[in-house]
Amino acid sequence: MHKLLSQDSGKEMVLLGNEAIARGALEAGVSFATCYPGTPSSEIPEQFFAISRETDLYFEYSTNEKVALEVGAAAAISGLRTMVTMKHVGLNVAADPLMTLAYVGVKGGMVIINADDPSLFSSQNEQDNRYYARLSTLPMLEPTSTQEMKDMTVAAIAISEELELPVIIRTTTRLNHIRGHVTLGELRPVKAKDTFQKNPFHFVCVPAVSRNLHKLLLEKYDRALEESENSQYNQIIGDGKWGIVANGVSFNYVSDAVSDLGISDKVSTLRVGFSWPIPKGLCARFLRHVDKVLVVEELEPVNENDLKAIAQENGITIPIKGKGVGGLSRLFEYDPGMVRKAIAEYFGIDYQAPEGLDLSDLPELPGRPPNLCAGCPHRATFYAVKEAYGADAINPTDIGCYTLGLLPPISMADMVICMGSSVSSSCGFSRATDQAVVSFIGDSTFFHSGITGLINAVHNNHKFTLVILDNGTTAMTGHQPHPGVDTGPMGVELTQISLEELVRGCGVKDVHVVSPFKLKKTIESVRAAKEFDGVSVIISKEFCPLFARATGQQKKVRPFHIDQNRCKNHRVCINKLACPAMYLEGERVEINRDLCIGCTVCAQVCPENAILPLKE
Amino acid sequence: METRRVVFIGVGGQGNLLASRLLGEASLFKGIPAVVSEIHGMAQRGGIVESAVLMGDATSPIVSNGEADVLIGFEPLETLRALGKCNRETVVITNTHPLPPFNVSVGQGTYPPLEEIMALIRSKAKKVISLDGNKLAAEAGNPLSLNMVMLGALIGSGAIPIGPDDMKEVISTSTKKAFLESNLKAFDLGLESAQ
Repeated sequence: MHKLLSQDSGKEMVLLGNEAIARGALEAGVSFATCYPGTPSSEIPEQFFAISRETDLYFEYSTNEKVALEVGAAAAISGLRTMVTMKHVGLNVAADPLMTLAYVGVKGGMVIINADDPSLFSSQNEQDNRYYARLSTLPMLEPTSTQEMKDMTVAAIAISEELELPVIIRTTTRLNHIRGHVTLGELRPVKAKDTFQKNPFHFVCVPAVSRNLHKLLLEKYDRALEESENSQYNQIIGDGKWGIVANGVSFNYVSDAVSDLGISDKVSTLRVGFSWPIPKGLCARFLRHVDKVLVVEELEPVNENDLKAIAQENGITIPIKGKGVGGLSRLFEYDPGMVRKAIAEYFGIDYQAPEGLDLSDLPELPGRPPNLCAGCPHRATFYAVKEAYGADAINPTDIGCYTLGLLPPISMADMVICMGSSVSSSCGFSRATDQAVVSFIGDSTFFHSGITGLINAVHNNHKFTLVILDNGTTAMTGHQPHPGVDTGPMGVELTQISLEELVRGCGVKDVHVVSPFKLKKTIESVRAAKEFDGVSVIISKEFCPLFARATGQQKKVRPFHIDQNRCKNHRVCINKLACPAMYLEGERVEINRDLCIGCTVCAQVCPENAILPLKE
Repeated sequence: METRRVVFIGVGGQGNLLASRLLGEASLFKGIPAVVSEIHGMAQRGGIVESAVLMGDATSPIVSNGEADVLIGFEPLETLRALGKCNRETVVITNTHPLPPFNVSVGQGTYPPLEEIMALIRSKAKKVISLDGNKLAAEAGNPLSLNMVMLGALIGSGAIPIGPDDMKEVISTSTKKAFLESNLKAFDLGLESAQ
């Protein structure tokens, strides 16, 4: 049995923040869950994927976040309790349905988990999605601990059903990826099916309908504001005259700092947990009570600006500051020391930060950048494409492991801004310049948002080569399936979509399916694609070795070694492929047999045929 | 309880996330509040993996520079690089077995001599416990049990309020049965070398 299905209510467990959210969904009676995976949210759907095989929970990895939200919207409108999970930039993809789903509302409770990523641990930007609550007029909750991640999920479903609105829970990486003690509550029985009640003049958003729905949304907003005013997640702690306002993980830093600085009797802390609608009445009472206010919030000055507006409405003129105090900026995540220092500075407390070690005389240390794994088929594809296209072609790339092609010696990444941008930006580059364009996209990313760009390319007569790196999984986020995957070995029978048929269906006339470990043939195919006057596609098909190993689809591993008698130290292998299984022993290249998976690519590039399989 | 801040630093594949998770489990077992912080994503790609365990009353999930009570480095270069987390009182526990970054292996950049790395660590931190964790893991019968060796050294250092028996109990219930014997042996070898 999955550990999150424990019936042992009251039991204490150590859970990852994302596991706590999944448990909260089960305790709230969620019976329908969808997602597109994305760090730091990916471990939530991983739990659902496993749990759905043991219970009546319906779960799917949807093609992208927009699809996930629309699939979930229908379930919630039909009356099922629903959860949809995504990372912050995923909500950009789902923003279109989000804005009007807010008008339509829901019947069964719906929680949207939105995981922000301050400090960009694994994202292309660090946008602050608290603005989405304001943009959509949807309630937003912000937890501070693993326990709250579970409890707030249960609360969010209740709020959602009461207001008939989706509720957004906003987390940050630090919360998704902490482990803490969680006391379990009771699992609720799930309603696996309900009946959709037709009501086209509510659900079909033509202008005449939506005009009424917008009014309805604003009425719901007023009720949401009342809930927020009375929510246990919006609280004033202490009754001192120094005011501090904090949300999310920053609240922990503030609590610890107030205790460390010994100023509990001087401080009032307003914790904003039901953060939208911001509880204006509570904020005004707080502002009237204190002499000055420090707002501690990562990323944008959202609460700070709201508080300034509330102060103005109430004729309150005390100083309210946040960004610019101490190290508090709009950049990156905060830490306990930074917050302690900012509080001390703002309120004029004598405080000496702990003295760190003086490391100014350390020599420069070699870096340790991440790298494509030993035997990664992307490395072979990059090599073949460079051989055929040269190093001067423009290489739009996309979001996945292969973004690591940015680093030398591969150096085959020139632009990426979002999922799917490789394909569409290739259209622009091929028209705006006379340079050759060959771009890279992963299989999962292609399904997510590459298809429309490819149709655009064919229809508008653009000229470039798109390389689809088909490794049979969504590797970057932890090997989730996607529509092109044979899910049989994962224990689920889903319909597999053929990438080749799909690409041909988009109108591409020049399609090559290659096996990248056959270098010579792959190079020939890329050369042919390069000659094609129009859009050509290379589907480079080979399993992610980690995925193959995990699902028992790995071929027999036969590691290679270097015959030092034959090797003339050209170092083509190490200089062009940069496989982490290779290393220098003195001046000679060697292969680590524990890392080598026998992909044979280095053996094919060696001009002396000096790389050979190890004899058994 | 006064907060104890423990930072784990290692390289993808060395298993430091499991070590920090087990320490979190052991705290629960002892009734000590704890929060474990991890950053996922680089573990499979040879990058640096950092995690932290805060035991006691603190609610903040991360450790600021200069504020670690214990730094456990699974690789000497990474221990040196992470010294910014430490102050003069920090207990530094480090594996002495180098794992050169790939870029060094292919001749880009130089991995400093181990003696120089260790001398620098010792000149900065007041209390340093060093051990060849890989050798001990191999001795225990499983090269992958490095994380258990390092956990043993942490408990052996006495820097945190968890005893060997409690930690072993958690290892027994939370790790794979097939590796239990070598895990416990690795733990004991780490424990002895730090005591």
